[in-house]
Amino acid sequence: MNRRDSLKALGIGAISTGVLLEACKPKGNKLAEDNTAAPAAAEAGRQPFEVERDKKLNAEKFFTDHEMTTITVLGDIIIPKDARSGSASDAKVPAFIEFIVKDMPEHQTPMRGGLRWLDVQCLNKYGKTFVDASSAQQIEMVTAIAYPKKAKPEMAQGVSFFNRMRDLTASGFYTSKIGIDDLGYVGNQPGKWDGVPADVLKQYNISDPWGNKW
Amino acid sequence: MNNDIQIKKSSEVYDAIIVGSGAGGGMSGYVLAHAGLKVLMLEAGPFFDPAKDSMQLKWPYESARRGAGTTRYFGDFDAAYGGWEIEGEPYTTTDKTEFHWFRSRMLGGRTNHWGRISLRMGPDDFKGHHIDGLTDDWPISYDDVKPFYDKVDRLIGVYGTVEGLPNEPDGIFLPPPKPRLNELYIKKGAAKAGVKVIAGRGSVLTEALPGNKDRGACFFCGQCGRSCKIYGDFSSSSCLVIPAIKTGNLKVIPNAMVREVLTDANGLATGVSYISKEDMQEYQVKGKMVILGASAGESARLLLNSKSSRHPNGLANSSGVVGRYIHDSTGSSAGGWLPELMDRKRYNEDGVGSVHIYGPWVYDNKKLNFPRGYHIEFGGGLHMPGYGFSGGIQNMNGVVPGKDGKMKEAGGFGADLKEDYRRFYGTGFGMAGRGTAIARYDNYCEIDPNVVDKFGIPVLRFHYTWSDYEIQQAKHMQDTFQDIMHNMGGAIYGPPQGKETNYGLEAPGMIIHEVGTVRMGDDPKKSALNKYSQAHDCNNLFVVDAAPFVQQGDKNATWTILALSMRTAEYILSQRKKLNV
Repeated sequence: MNRRDSLKALGIGAISTGVLLEACKPKGNKLAEDNTAAPAAAEAGRQPFEVERDKKLNAEKFFTDHEMTTITVLGDIIIPKDARSGSASDAKVPAFIEFIVKDMPEHQTPMRGGLRWLDVQCLNKYGKTFVDASSAQQIEMVTAIAYPKKAKPEMAQGVSFFNRMRDLTASGFYTSKIGIDDLGYVGNQPGKWDGVPADVLKQYNISDPWGNKW
Repeated sequence: MNNDIQIKKSSEVYDAIIVGSGAGGGMSGYVLAHAGLKVLMLEAGPFFDPAKDSMQLKWPYESARRGAGTTRYFGDFDAAYGGWEIEGEPYTTTDKTEFHWFRSRMLGGRTNHWGRISLRMGPDDFKGHHIDGLTDDWPISYDDVKPFYDKVDRLIGVYGTVEGLPNEPDGIFLPPPKPRLNELYIKKGAAKAGVKVIAGRGSVLTEALPGNKDRGACFFCGQCGRSCKIYGDFSSSSCLVIPAIKTGNLKVIPNAMVREVLTDANGLATGVSYISKEDMQEYQVKGKMVILGASAGESARLLLNSKSSRHPNGLANSSGVVGRYIHDSTGSSAGGWLPELMDRKRYNEDGVGSVHIYGPWVYDNKKLNFPRGYHIEFGGGLHMPGYGFSGGIQNMNGVVPGKDGKMKEAGGFGADLKEDYRRFYGTGFGMAGRGTAIARYDNYCEIDPNVVDKFGIPVLRFHYTWSDYEIQQAKHMQDTFQDIMHNMGGAIYGPPQGKETNYGLEAPGMIIHEVGTVRMGDDPKKSALNKYSQAHDCNNLFVVDAAPFVQQGDKNATWTILALSMRTAEYILSQRKKLNV
């Protein structure tokens, strides 16, 4: 089988790259992220216990509505909409976080406790929970815990929580269709690898694709 | 509950019964079925055909956990059914030692997800005793195995470059993939540090395999770990077992967990008993010979569990060596990132799912405080994001200037942080050493007298410690990694791992290269198998996985398993003609 036959075997035969790119995009108007919390169907390559486990997790609810609202506001502060792409909530990051804490229970206490820590800080300082505080107050609070090296010692627990929240937000966002497009990742499709492109080699002053000459 | 458990005996007598469908079982099955023997293959897991069951080309958002390794250690899309822990199939350790046993229960076993790094062992790996006085030599030399390595190269395909190195034998190679950008920086750093780095060697069809119409050429998605829908890389399922089934001579019974090898009054193998995971019934099947390819651990377990009056210590174990000398490769790793690659241009850099470059061992141990050597596997590039993407960015964005040239406060949020994620994407790199551990009598697996699995089969108990040799080797790896990274040009990386972690030396079993439990040798008092992997005590019993290894080199075991299994299968055919078995 040559390469063209291989692609044919995959059902993506003799068509142009543009069509290929298009074919790799999710079908229809439904965003791929919408599938995040969809019940897992029995599918090829998955073991029955995995399918069952996802089904069970999807049927459970961990975060309260208030916690979910807080996660949504925080997520969009961490990754807001900008000129290139949408926000964390546009990419359904809150639903991902709800799933992942059920999938990895070690996240549960730090997340639940961290959200409560944040609310208590805001109640003491502003007389309101985090989501009810003004935008300026929310940013002030986040600023106090978002910079580990300059945060005050009494903010240490908040810093730990925010580090985790930032990582989960990045995981959820950059593995979504929106986030992958934002990054400009162009793989995961049939291609031909022939080494680093010539213009890139030139940019880094490398004279041959094997890196023997710089 | 089913209260009438019976043992169902089949009257058909197969020419050969093979236990296990990985590299070893798959290759023997392939050779024997093509030679016209009627072969029955038993696999403890379900049928798996990469063409249908692979997760290739799925996007991270098609996994609710975005590809994280919650139920599969190497990620949601990885092609391993199993792992270091399997529900209802425990193993134990003794004397507070540590061993981690990875099992894939599926057609093709661990060859569905492996790294495809395909290295031949060299002359000094087969016979290295003269160099350092350590360990035992194999009863065979590189020259005995070379013709089979050559045949495996032609049958399955491997890429690489001809280098003419003394203990890193060249093969019959397809063209290797060129390095990714990050890997070019690694090459530069290694060259300055005096560390030899050459093109990788992997069983991926970078070009169509001459003479093979069933397998497609690689289309460079970099996802070999998910197994390949067009059979563009080597899995035993796609390249050996499924073609063997097509001959009409090989039958696979999936979900068949073998309990015991059956023997007759003369001590010869007559077949095996197994429990079907589908109906939980007990079965016995008959064969003129039994070939074990169940993995180093499982084959030893089966032999030790196959006791009879003729074989009171377990089958093929009059020497007492079965289970002894188990050894895994050493492993230690490091990584970092390259500020020079920030804001890099995007292009498809997936490449292949095996290594593009690696560092073979070409150094003189006389100047070192440990025997034998290790190779280094390298990687880095514009990979598909997955769970954990850019985690801990607060440790990165405070150590380099922002686009405006000013240093930034570590951490942060908002549009500025979002820009950082873009800037840092594709700057990372990693390296991992894989080295020779000396086979020792005192590292062993045995039957735990107190524990059975859910099928009632007594389980393995491991006893394994690293010696100072392996620890010093890991230290050398860490020092070498630091040298390479220091010379890469502004790379940012952490300090070397120190004594408190044994220099990052992974626990035994974590590299998944365990071998040596049913060793071959010329002396029946010191070995279980002869040089053709035929049991000294039972001449119609063979072992074709990594159990017969006397001493593993730093090379990943699979290519040698394939070559030795092919050699054993051809020996079986020649002996059969002489009516010996």
